[in-house]
Amino acid sequence: MIVIFGIFLLTLLVITAVAIVRTDNLFVAVMLMGIASLLIAANFFLLDAADVALTEAAVGAGISTVLFLGALALTSERERAKSSNRLLSFIVVAAAALILIYATFDKPRFGDPEAPVQTHVAPWYLEKTPEYIDIPNVVTAVLGSFRGYDTLGEVFVVFTAGIGVLFLLSGGKATGAVPEDKINEGLRHHLIPRVVGRVLIPFILLFGLYVQFHGEYGPGGGFQAGAIIAAAIILFALLEGEKRALSVLPERVLLGLMACGPLLYGAVGLAGILLGGNFLDYSVLSSDPVKGQQLGILLIEAGVGITVTGVLLAIFHAFAARGR
Amino acid sequence: MSMLLDTLSWVLLTLGGLSVLVGGIGALRMPDLYTRMHAASVTDSLGAILVLGGIMLQAGWSLATIKLIAILLFLLLTSPTSSNALASAALLAGTRPFAEAGQDEEAPK
Repeated sequence: MIVIFGIFLLTLLVITAVAIVRTDNLFVAVMLMGIASLLIAANFFLLDAADVALTEAAVGAGISTVLFLGALALTSERERAKSSNRLLSFIVVAAAALILIYATFDKPRFGDPEAPVQTHVAPWYLEKTPEYIDIPNVVTAVLGSFRGYDTLGEVFVVFTAGIGVLFLLSGGKATGAVPEDKINEGLRHHLIPRVVGRVLIPFILLFGLYVQFHGEYGPGGGFQAGAIIAAAIILFALLEGEKRALSVLPERVLLGLMACGPLLYGAVGLAGILLGGNFLDYSVLSSDPVKGQQLGILLIEAGVGITVTGVLLAIFHAFAARGR
Repeated sequence: MSMLLDTLSWVLLTLGGLSVLVGGIGALRMPDLYTRMHAASVTDSLGAILVLGGIMLQAGWSLATIKLIAILLFLLLTSPTSSNALASAALLAGTRPFAEAGQDEEAPK
């Protein structure tokens, strides 16, 4: 039954992908990309990867759609017709597809217990997490502690991407299509969205905090929580206008948040060295190694959440300021 | 008792599925944006109530039911609001309703 449902979702995904390529209206393409993200998130959930599904739904279907729309507001809605060599691109795509299909022949069967992914380090993680860290969500244990270096790298990727986008958008002269007072006004004259938004925003923030601090017990963590909190504040900016959103969280604070996350993460790692352990070894943070691990994961997840929130909001405001 | 609950839950789930299906057909068959949205949004809210009600009966009295109630409340608030926002955005952008536009607008498919 699950396999049938998975095939159904994947078929819809292929149809959506074809539709994205075929449409020349970029607005439609952005909406279809949101649908594609939601479909792949449902598929991840079907494969029991709830953490990844939550990330994909929050970032792929939620925030990136908003950012794409912000980018579209600066350009035109239609794709420019181009007369490049279609045959060449077709050959490149076909060759890449053939290589990928050939590569799948060597893949283990779906759910094969002998597959390398099931026999390599995964059993060790599943076995040792209760002993070393004692939290129910093994994904968070792997992400925060066992593979803490990778997550540190990811935080720096997010941070660097944020800086890059800010550099790109702040240079040059703003060519605004939308008048400034319209941006500052938001949807203040539209009663229904505004009232419902006001009711919902506190709960969305609360849910974001729940996802952040419940990450050790259920699906969730810094990446998802950062995206959800950023979404709540973007909703506030859309409803009440840019100006009021920026008076709540000024640009300087956002830049501080962007830098604060990697700093917090790195500081936890250095604290491990200073207390006599290795870099990012949380066991020495407390007298009880298990408690130390839990404290370390809590702190680095907070760092991740702060960075993601700061970067997403800074990018959103940069797009909005560009439109002025 | 559990048999009764199970049957009721499946009836609700089926009705919810049917309602969403009707909405989908409506969204494909209706002549202009507003009627399409009407078809999709109303049946969508009803479908959400029925499907989530069916799942709640399956879950019984547990934490899952409370989460489902929260999801239902969220959907009941957001889904009509987004339809309203979409319709007013379309009206602001200058899309005229089909009946008002007369014959020279796009013909029904």
